[in-house]
Amino acid sequence: MKYLDEFQDPALAERLLDDIRTTVTRPWAMMEVCGGQTHSIIRHGLDQLLPEGIELIHGPGCPVCVTPLEVIDKALEIAARPDVIFCSFGDMLRVPGSEKDLFRVKSAGGDVRVVYSPLDALNLARENPDRQVVFFGIGFETTAPPNAMTVYQARKLGIENFSLLVSHVRVPPAIEAIMTSPVCRVQAFLAAGHVCTVMGMGEYPGLAERFGVPIVVTGFEPLDILEGIRRSVHQLEEGRHEVENAYPRVVAPDGNPVAIKMLEDVFEVVDRAWRGIGMIPQSGWRLSERYREYDAEERFRVGDIQTQESTVCRSGEVLQGLIKPHECSAFGTLCTPRNPLGATMVSSEGACAAYYLYRRMQVPASGDPREVSSVG
Amino acid sequence: MCLAVPGQVLEITERDGTRIAQVDFGGVTKEVCLEYVPDLQVGEYTIVHVGFALQRLDEQSALETLEIFRQMGELDAEFGDHWGRAAEQAGLPRPDQDISTEGGAL
Amino acid sequence: MAEPLTLQDIQGPEAPSFEGWTCPLPLRDSPTIVMGHGGGGAMSGELVEHVFLPSFADASLAQLGDSAVLELHGGRVAFSTDSFVVRPLFFPGGCIGDLAVNGTVNDLAMSGAQALFLSAAFILEEGTDVTRVGAVAQRMGDAATRAGVRIVTGDTKVVESGHGDGVYINTAGIGVVPEGVDIRPDRAEPGDVVIVSGHIGVHGIAIMSVREGLEFGTEVLSDSQPLGGLVAAMLAVTADLHVLRDPTRGGVATSLNEIARASGVGISLDERSLPVPEVVANACAFLGLDPLQVANEGKLLAFVPREKADEVLAAMRAHPFGSDAAIIGECVEDHPGMVSARTGFGAARVVDLPIGEQLPRIC
Repeated sequence: MKYLDEFQDPALAERLLDDIRTTVTRPWAMMEVCGGQTHSIIRHGLDQLLPEGIELIHGPGCPVCVTPLEVIDKALEIAARPDVIFCSFGDMLRVPGSEKDLFRVKSAGGDVRVVYSPLDALNLARENPDRQVVFFGIGFETTAPPNAMTVYQARKLGIENFSLLVSHVRVPPAIEAIMTSPVCRVQAFLAAGHVCTVMGMGEYPGLAERFGVPIVVTGFEPLDILEGIRRSVHQLEEGRHEVENAYPRVVAPDGNPVAIKMLEDVFEVVDRAWRGIGMIPQSGWRLSERYREYDAEERFRVGDIQTQESTVCRSGEVLQGLIKPHECSAFGTLCTPRNPLGATMVSSEGACAAYYLYRRMQVPASGDPREVSSVG
Repeated sequence: MCLAVPGQVLEITERDGTRIAQVDFGGVTKEVCLEYVPDLQVGEYTIVHVGFALQRLDEQSALETLEIFRQMGELDAEFGDHWGRAAEQAGLPRPDQDISTEGGAL
Repeated sequence: MAEPLTLQDIQGPEAPSFEGWTCPLPLRDSPTIVMGHGGGGAMSGELVEHVFLPSFADASLAQLGDSAVLELHGGRVAFSTDSFVVRPLFFPGGCIGDLAVNGTVNDLAMSGAQALFLSAAFILEEGTDVTRVGAVAQRMGDAATRAGVRIVTGDTKVVESGHGDGVYINTAGIGVVPEGVDIRPDRAEPGDVVIVSGHIGVHGIAIMSVREGLEFGTEVLSDSQPLGGLVAAMLAVTADLHVLRDPTRGGVATSLNEIARASGVGISLDERSLPVPEVVANACAFLGLDPLQVANEGKLLAFVPREKADEVLAAMRAHPFGSDAAIIGECVEDHPGMVSARTGFGAARVVDLPIGEQLPRIC
C-alpha cells in the first residue's frame, strides 16, 4: 500500500535506531498514548530493538479498554431487545460486561451486527424502518467525526429509527490525569497521530510546559514510531520539553477544522469515567442538546445498571502504565484472550492482549520461561 | 485506536447531498465519505478511518520524511561518531551498540 | 432467505455457464424448495433426478440405493467428513459447492490419500431458489471431475424457512493411503522444514469482500482447488512426509499452533518468507487483520524432514497448484507448543490462534 509500506522499511528503521543508540546516555521512560501504536510496537517487536535504557510504557489509548463497564452493560441490555438491530465495530464484540458480552447476547438471539463504518448502521436503519438501529459509538477524537457525521445525516435525511450509544473519550485530559498521578514515571509522550489529524496540536503545548515533558505527535507504522521515539530521546537528552510533529504527512497544527466544527455542533464535552482509571474531568463527549434525541441511552431509558468488575483484574494499573501485564497474577492463567477478565485482555490494543498474543515467550505468567498456558 | 490507512481517490460522486468517493488501497476499493475533506480531488491520497476521509495525505511531506530517514547516518558516517569509528577500526564492538539486530529474541 | 440467483451472483473466470442449464422436466410448479422436497416422496425424487443426478453423473448414484457398494483395493482407508455452511453461498471465484468437494478431497489428501468416493448430504432451506441449488450441484459435479473423485451417495433434507441459510452441505469421503506413508499431526520433529504450497489469505479475503456490512471491491478470487495431485507429487519425492495440513478456518496460525501442540515442538517462522500477495496484505491492513489468521482454501502446509526439503519444494513448484510454494519456517526444540515469528525488523513475536471469528477492528 502506497505511503504505508515505505514506512515499514527495515533498512531505514536501522538508521533511526542507530541515531537513537548514539544519542541516548541514560534511561528514559516514555508513553505511547494510542492503542494502535502499542499494537504496532508489539507486533513488529520494536521495543526489543531499542537500547536497553529506553522503556515504553503503554498508555490508555484504547477506547475499547476504557469504555466504562456501565456503558458496556447498557449496550448489552439494548442489544438484547427484540426490536433492536445493534451495530458495533468488531473491537467491542468480546469486551466483557459485568456478566456477558455482545457475542453471548448474539447467540441468545440478539440482532448484533459488526459494521465497518457508522454509515453502514445508518443504511441499516433506512432499510429496516420497523426496527430500531443503534450504533455503539466508542472511540477517541479520531472516530468522533465519523459518528458525528452519521448523526448529522440521520437528522438531515429524517431517519428517526437510528440512535447512537455514545462513549467517546478525549486524549489530552487523559495525559493530564496520568501526569498528575503521584506514581507517574512517564518522561515523554508519543501523542496519538490520528487523533491529532482531527484535533490538531493546540492542546499540547500547555501540557508540555506544565509537566515539563516532550510531546511528539507520532504515527503508527514502525518508522513513524521509531521517529517519535528518536525525537523524544533527543529532547530528553537535551533537556527540552516541546511539542513536535513527527507525522507531518497527515497532521497539520490546526488539524481538520471542518471536522472540529462538526464535533462542536454535534457533541459537548462532559466528565467521563474511564474503566480501570476512574473519573477524568472533561474527558468525554456526549450528544449536544440539539442532537440529544439520537442518544440511545435516552431513547431506551436503560435503567440503573449495577456493575461488577472482576476483583482480580488490574487493567486500571496496566492502563496507567503502573504495571506491566505479566505482573498481574491473573495474566495468562485466569485471564487470557479467550476468557478475559478485563478489557485490556480483549482488545488487540489492550496491553495485556498484546503481551499475550505477541510476547508470551518472554513474559511468562508464572516466571518459568517454558511454562505456557495451553489454553487459547 | 484509530486504524486509518492511506488510499487514493479514484472517482467522486454525490449521494443524498453528500460527497463520496471510491478510494483504492492498493487493490482494495471502498466507498468513503469525503465530507471532512471537501476539496479532495481524484488522484490525491487521503487517510481513511471507518469509511471517512479524515485528512489529505501530503505526498510531498511523506517523501521528504522518507528522504530525511535515508540521509540519517550518512552525515554521521562522514563527520560524526568518532568513538564508533575508532572502535570499528580496532575491530571492537561499537560502544553504543546494546543489542544485536540480527536474530531478535527467538 | 435466499434471493433469486442472477448471473451476477457468480463471479470469476470459472463461473458455471448457468445459462445453459435447463431442466428436462420442470419440477412440478416449484421454482423454490418446499418442505415436500425433503419428504422422501415424489418431490424428493424429482429434486434428485433433475437437480443432483445430472450434475454428479455417477452410475452408483443413479441406482439410488440406500448405500453405495464399492470396491477398495489395498492398504489403509482414510475417511473424512466435513460440513459446509459458508455465507454467502456464492463468492468471488466459487461457491459452497467447490468447497464441499475440495474440502473433503483435501482432508483425505492431508493423510496422503487419493480421494476415491464422496457422499453429499444437503440441508436446504424452504424457499431457496431451485436454480441456486442447481448451480451449486453443477459446481460440485465439476469439482468432483477435476479432483478425480466420484460422488456415489447422498441425501436431501428440507428445513423450514428461516432455519437454513439457503444451503448447507456435508460431504464425507474415503480414499486409500499408500503403503509406507504415515502422515500425522504429531509427527513433526525439531529440524523439520515448514513449507506452504502457495499464497496465503486469499480465500478469506475473497469471502470477506462480499460479506454484508463489510463489502469492499477487490479482484481477489477464492483459490479453492483439489490437492490430491500435489500431494502425490510430493510423495513421489519421499513417502516420509511428517505432517500435512490444509489451513482453512483460522488460517495458517491455527494449523501451525495445532501441530506444534500435537507434536510437542516449537515452530519458528520468518515473516519475510510468507507468501502473502500484496492485495491480500493491503486488505488485511485495511481491516486490521493478520494474514496468518485469515482463512485459506486450496493450500497446504507440509512438515518435511530437513534433508528432503529442497527436493519436495522443487516438486511442489513444478505442480500447477504449488507454483508459489515457499519455505516459511522450521521446527525447533525451543518453546514447545508455541509458534514464534521473526518480524521484518529482526525481533520476535508469538503467532497465536485467533480467538473466534475474524472481525475487522477500528483500533
